[in-house]
Parts: sequence; C-alpha cells; structure tokens
Amino acid sequence: MSDELDALKAALRAVPAPDPAAKAVAMRLARENFDRLQGSTEVMRPKQDRPVKAGILQRGLAMLNALKMKPILAATTSVAALLVGFVVILPLSGKGPMEEARGNKPIAQVDAPAELTVPDALPEPMLQTQNDTTEAKPAPQVSEAEAPAKAEAKAKADKQAKTDADVAADAAQTATLAEPEAVTRDEQAIAPAPMPTGRAVAKMAADSYAAEPAASMPVMEPAPLPQPNTETFANADANPVKVTTEEPVSTFSIDVDTASYATVRSSLNAGYLPDPAAVRIEEMVNYFPYAYPKPQGDQAFRPTITVMPTPWNPNTRLVNIAIQGAVPQVDNRPPLNLVFLVDTSGSMEDANKLPLLKQSLGLMLGQLRSEDQVAVVAYAGSAGEVLPPTKASDTAAIMAALDQLSAGGSTAGAQGLELAYQVADSMKAEGEVSRVLLATDGDFNVGIDDPEALKDFIAKKRESGVYLSVLGFGRGNLDDATMQALAQNGNGTASYIDTLNEARKVLVDQVTGALYPIADNVKIQVEWNPAQVAEYRLIGYETRALAREDFNNDKVDAGDIGAGTAVTAIYEVTAPGSAALRNDPLRYGSAKAPEGSSELGYLRLRSVAPGGKDSALQETPIVPGMPVTDETRFAAAIAGFGQLLTDTKYLGAWGWDQAIDLALASRGADEFGYRIEAVNLMRTAKALSQR
Amino acid sequence: MSGRAFILPSCQGLRDLLRLIKVMLMETPDETLASAAAGGDRDAFALLVERHYDRIYGLAYRLIGLRAEAQDLAQDICAALPVKLRHWRGEARFTTWLYRVVMNAAHDLRRRQATHAKAASGWGDWEIARQDEIKVQAEAQDWLAQSMARLSVELRDTVALVLGEEMTQAEAGLVLGVSEGTVAWRMSEVKKRLRAMAEEAR
Repeated sequence: MSDELDALKAALRAVPAPDPAAKAVAMRLARENFDRLQGSTEVMRPKQDRPVKAGILQRGLAMLNALKMKPILAATTSVAALLVGFVVILPLSGKGPMEEARGNKPIAQVDAPAELTVPDALPEPMLQTQNDTTEAKPAPQVSEAEAPAKAEAKAKADKQAKTDADVAADAAQTATLAEPEAVTRDEQAIAPAPMPTGRAVAKMAADSYAAEPAASMPVMEPAPLPQPNTETFANADANPVKVTTEEPVSTFSIDVDTASYATVRSSLNAGYLPDPAAVRIEEMVNYFPYAYPKPQGDQAFRPTITVMPTPWNPNTRLVNIAIQGAVPQVDNRPPLNLVFLVDTSGSMEDANKLPLLKQSLGLMLGQLRSEDQVAVVAYAGSAGEVLPPTKASDTAAIMAALDQLSAGGSTAGAQGLELAYQVADSMKAEGEVSRVLLATDGDFNVGIDDPEALKDFIAKKRESGVYLSVLGFGRGNLDDATMQALAQNGNGTASYIDTLNEARKVLVDQVTGALYPIADNVKIQVEWNPAQVAEYRLIGYETRALAREDFNNDKVDAGDIGAGTAVTAIYEVTAPGSAALRNDPLRYGSAKAPEGSSELGYLRLRSVAPGGKDSALQETPIVPGMPVTDETRFAAAIAGFGQLLTDTKYLGAWGWDQAIDLALASRGADEFGYRIEAVNLMRTAKALSQR
Repeated sequence: MSGRAFILPSCQGLRDLLRLIKVMLMETPDETLASAAAGGDRDAFALLVERHYDRIYGLAYRLIGLRAEAQDLAQDICAALPVKLRHWRGEARFTTWLYRVVMNAAHDLRRRQATHAKAASGWGDWEIARQDEIKVQAEAQDWLAQSMARLSVELRDTVALVLGEEMTQAEAGLVLGVSEGTVAWRMSEVKKRLRAMAEEAR
C-alpha cells in the first residue's frame, strides 16, 4: 500500500552529491563571515535578503531598463531636467512580503503641505470596496509655467502604498527612478506636470490591502475594478401563499441556527439596513428563548400549537408551531468532547474576531466539567493541532494554547477540518458527545476546489457521530452561505458572534443545550384542512423546504434539536371565504373542500434519537384553543420584523411602529435582555428605513 | 570544555598538539562546538560547518529539488551562519536548530521567488518567465517533481524531514514548530495524495 511512500523516500534519500567547489566556496564564505563578525556586530544576511524598502527603487530601475517606451523615457527625462515639483505616487512597502499578504485594517492618512491639493483621504475600504482609486492631481497652476501636459498619477490604493513624493524636489536622480512608477501605473498619463512652485511634498500612506494577496500586483495593471463585498448569504425567495386544495401538504426541516439574527443586528448597529438576502426570518424568530411548555416524562421534545390573530392582517390567523426540547439533567449529561477548529487567517486578527473568540472560549471553559475534553486545531495556510485533547479542568493549558493563536496566512479550511475530525475521532468514547466547533470569518473555500466535496465530507463525518457547529465572526468577509451549508450538513448550528454577550448566549448558556443533541433529523410536515384553511403561507424556512416525500425518507437529512432549545415555525393561514384570500378559486378545479372537521390541519413530526437509525413519528391535530401567550406574540412580532426587513407585501399598513409596540408589549420577563435588544434594533431599523 | 583555549596557541611547537586536539574535536558534541563557535572560536565554527555542510545542502536539495539552487541556498546559509549562531542558546539539539535555520531559509527563498515571479509577470516579460519555466521544468523532471511538486509546501517540508532526513515525527514536529499529531496527520495526508496520484497515473 505504501509503495508510493517508499518510492518517494528512496528518491528523497538519493541526494546528488554537492559540487566540491560549491562546498568549498560556501565554507570559505562562512569562515570569512565568521572572522568579520568578530570585529563587527552588523547583521549579515544573504544578498537577496536586502531590506524590502530598497526593492521598489530597484524595481523602478528595472522598469526603466525594461521599458524602452519612448514617451516614458522622455517623460522621465523631462522631470529630471525641469526639477520641479510634482506629485509622485510611489509605493514603498514598509513591511515584508508576509505582512503585506495579510489583510490589515486599512489606515488612510494624507499629510501634505499647503501648496498642494492632495486628493481626499483614501476611502476606508472596509466599508464598501476594497480597491479604490486615488487620483493624485497636481495643484492648480498659479504662475506662468505652462504645463506641457497634465498628469494624472493614478495610484491604486489596493496595495499597501506608502507614497512619498519628497524625492521630486530633493533629488533628480530619485525622481527619475520614481517617476516611471507613477507613470506606468496609468497608461493614460502623458507627462508629468511641472509645477510652478518649487517644492511639493505629498506624503500619503495608504495602508489598504486587497483582500487577496494576489491582487496586490504592483504594476501595469488595467484600472482596478472595485472589488465586490465578498459576503455571500444563503437565501431563497420568500415562501409564496399556497392554495390548500392544490398543495395541502407543507414539509420542511427545522432550523435552529441563529446566525441570521446576529448578522442583522451587526448590520443595524453599523448603521445600515441588512441585505434582505441576509435575513432568514426563522433564524431571527428562533434566536430568542421562549418559555414554551416543557416536555414531560421521556419525551425528547414537545410541540405546542397556538392559533392567534395575525397582527398585520385582521382576516388571517397565525399558526405558531413551537417545539420545545427537553432539558436533560445537567448532572447526567454525557461528557463533551469539543474540538475548536479556529481560523487563524490574516483577516481574523480584528478585535471582533480572533480576540473575541479567545474571550468567548475562556467564558465557556468555566461551564465545562472536568471530564469534558477540549482540543484546539488551527487552520491558516497549514493545519495544526494547537492543543491536544485536554481535560477541561486544565484551564491554564487551554488558555495558554488559545493565547498562542495568532492570525496570519491564508485559509485552507478543508485541511483543518480533516484534522479536527481526526482529533475528534480520537477523543471519542462510548456514550460521549463529540463536536467540532468551527470558528471562522468566512473565506472558507480558499484552496478548496470543490465546496460540494467539502459538504460531502462533512455529511460523511456526520454519520460517524461527530457533529459540526459553525461560529461566524466579523463582517465583510463572511461566507454565510458556506457556514450555513456546512452546519446543515454537519448536523450542527451556525451562529454568528459579534459581541461577547452573544458569545455568552451561544457558547455559555447553551453549552448544555445546543452542544448536546436530543433529537436528530427533525422534520415537520403539516397537512392543512381545506375546509378550514383555504390558503397558507410559511413565514421563513425558505432554505429548509423539503419535498413532501422526503418526510418519510430517513436518508434525507434535516435539522437537529439541542437540549433545552426551542424551535418555532409560523404559518399565516386564511380561512375559506375570508376577505384576505389572495387566489381566486379555480373555475375548473374539482377539489371541493370537505365539510366537517374543525381541525385546521394535522402536524406530523419526525425525528431520530441521537445516534439512532430509524425515525419516530409524532402526530398532533392543529386546533385553535391554546391560549395566546406573550411568547407567541413576541415570535409574531419578530416574524413581522423579519418581513419588514425583507418583503413587506403581506404586511399591508402594518409597519415599524406596530412591530415595536407588539414586541414591547409581549416582552415578558426577558431575563437576559434579548428581547429589549430586539426592540431597540427595530427602532434603529425604523430610523434607517426612513432615510 | 571551553573552546576558547584552541584559538590561542600560536607557538610553533603547539601546532601538532592543535592537530591532535582537532581530531579530538571531531568527537565533540555539536552543541559544545556551537557554543564555542558562538563564543568566537573559529576552529570550532569551521569544524561545525565542515561537519554539517552536507546536511544543510541535503535538506535544501530535498526542499527545493534543484541541485544548483540547493548549493546556492546552502552557501547563503553558511554565510549567514556566524550571525545566526549568535542566537544559539543551546536550548535544542544543534541539528534541530540547524534544520530550522535551513527550513526558514528555504521558506524565504520560496517567498522571494514568488515575489519575483509576481513582479516579472506584471512586467509582461513573459517570454523570459516562460523560458525560465521551461528550463526549470526540464531540470525538475529528473527529480520527483511529478509527485513532490503536487504536495503543498507544508507537506513537502514534512516529507523532506521525515522521509528525507529520516527523522521521527516528534523530531520533525520540533523543527517545524508543530505538534507530533500534526506531523502524523500530514504524513497520512501525503500517503493519501500519493495513492491518489498513483491511481491517476494508472
């Protein structure tokens, strides 16, 4: 089996003997340097390792040699001859190539004396685009000097470009070196503009980076295209209203993710309305803890169905299907094996990413028990086991390992994932729960050819009993769609962590819950009774829709419920004959609504016990009568919130004020302040939407 | 043993004695020699380089795969070794320390090559780059390029140490600065890739 390895080894062992002459030269050089060093402490390095700063000038020279284009030569000579001030954009890399490759928070800084109008400070690329074009225009012509041509030195700010135009006034020689750099950046440049005033000094330090190191090509590029925001979100069009006689059955998988709510929150707090594609209403609704009736006895979870008037439409009703998972005895919970797979790519170094993650994990450690085990695997360019499986009680070792994590490098998610699963497998013992927690800011697919293959890999691992949860950090780079897909395929949850408070909610409060599954593959199927419900609409769950026949097919994966978590699904239903019906009856339709039953519909739930194989079915008729509580009202308010952010077509005149009032009125005890936070977000959103 | 004593003899009569001592030095552990060299003992330094040149060159070759480049890199490393030795603290085995130096130098080289390639391609003198590439490829073909070149940098480094230098996974981990588990995982990864390549070839 390891023939290939043997062959490789043989080839590797067979090193051709070094040239004796080369060896002699090397040894002589070593001795000479040794002797020289005895007299000086100067650091000697191989010649190519010259300071990076010098590189640009040499490159400038190289350009001059390589470019035999007459206009440019003429241009540069004219500069040297005239020796007058002009603006040069000369990128001078102050950092080594490694730092250059890392995504840093951009700092734009312009420092210029009065005579010269320097373009606006470089825009903050984090906000909108990463590639910006800075135009350096010469100052208005104030005296007799007839500028032969106007120069537009366009410099791309997409690489760390420290620009220094001192050279222009200071030394003609430097100027000749520097100028082609500025000119060749823009082929439109005709000639540099001699300026009447002698000294023009522009110092610009544009510390902005392209997200991709490869994009930092210094020269001869076409005009930079604005780089699109690399955030991607998973969403589908809003569920349409369905006619019961045509399609009486609605099937979907439960969704316990909460990432969308946190994404929405972070957008609103940053002062802009979230991209509607980032809003998944069911995730917003499920973000909040609800006091639904608890399961009794051995029940893993308990459905509660509440029918209530629709806040935004007097002629329809909401059917709130709440599924509350059992809270197992914390003392009896099986030991947890947690493998943290931490993205340490360069983009993770922002304060709200890796540092926040470290804090979060620190918080969580206190909640683990001594028999729980923690391991940490980092991925960034290469995958490495930072912390071998360690008892959770050994907090010092775990925290030390976390502290060692530092951001840098590019991301290769798949390698780290494989290693993390390998570690998780090694920790696994009978009756224990193993989970990989992937912490990343997105960009998961760098270096992976096929995201589908990655999903398949995770799905395969799922069968081995190791679960995967995804923790999203930071914005701007977040690959929500991949996060979502990975968590769904890995029987886990995707959460987005933007504050320490959120970290507490996700990791600490739920350490016994979300991390400990009580029911796998939970699917919901509702069959509506056409006599009572003429039309229905599922609010949210667009990405979770299942085909009707998938309900009974255990091979089709669905979401899982963790201990103590609750899942809410809300339908808006319209009775036959209601003024709110959106579809006219079919003239040739034959299906007549049967009379009789007062049931609105019939709820079927399928779930698999953790680690089990076959699903169990649970059935309940949907009948009005359960008292409407603050819990269901608040859920409705959040469903309204989500719709206000995405598509208001079903809401009529119901707007932000009504949503805020409803949420405030149904706030309840709100022990952790999650609900009042939502109210405040609605207020922010209202203000933003009125702009 | 202090190395300083060996640089002092200047009397004619001591030459033979010195040669004798040098022979004895051959048996001196690397670590002692390194400490002596770091303290300024040029004979100890010369001996150290003599002893380890082949090792430096060997690993460089395994990492780069081209004889000429490996020789150049070995020369650069030797030239920089006096300065590097100042940072020798005797905390690791000398060979582990030296492997790390070689590894870092090889990484630097790769990075420089990448930067040069980038600058060159931006300049449109693709013809030169193309010629270079043809040359490099022709040279590389008689090596393992077919398999090695398709492994990632990390895997290549690991393979060079574990298979090429016949290190244990723990030793390789020390040089690479990763845990033993990571090395084990990388090696299993290498096996997997090689098998996949072999199947592809079939």
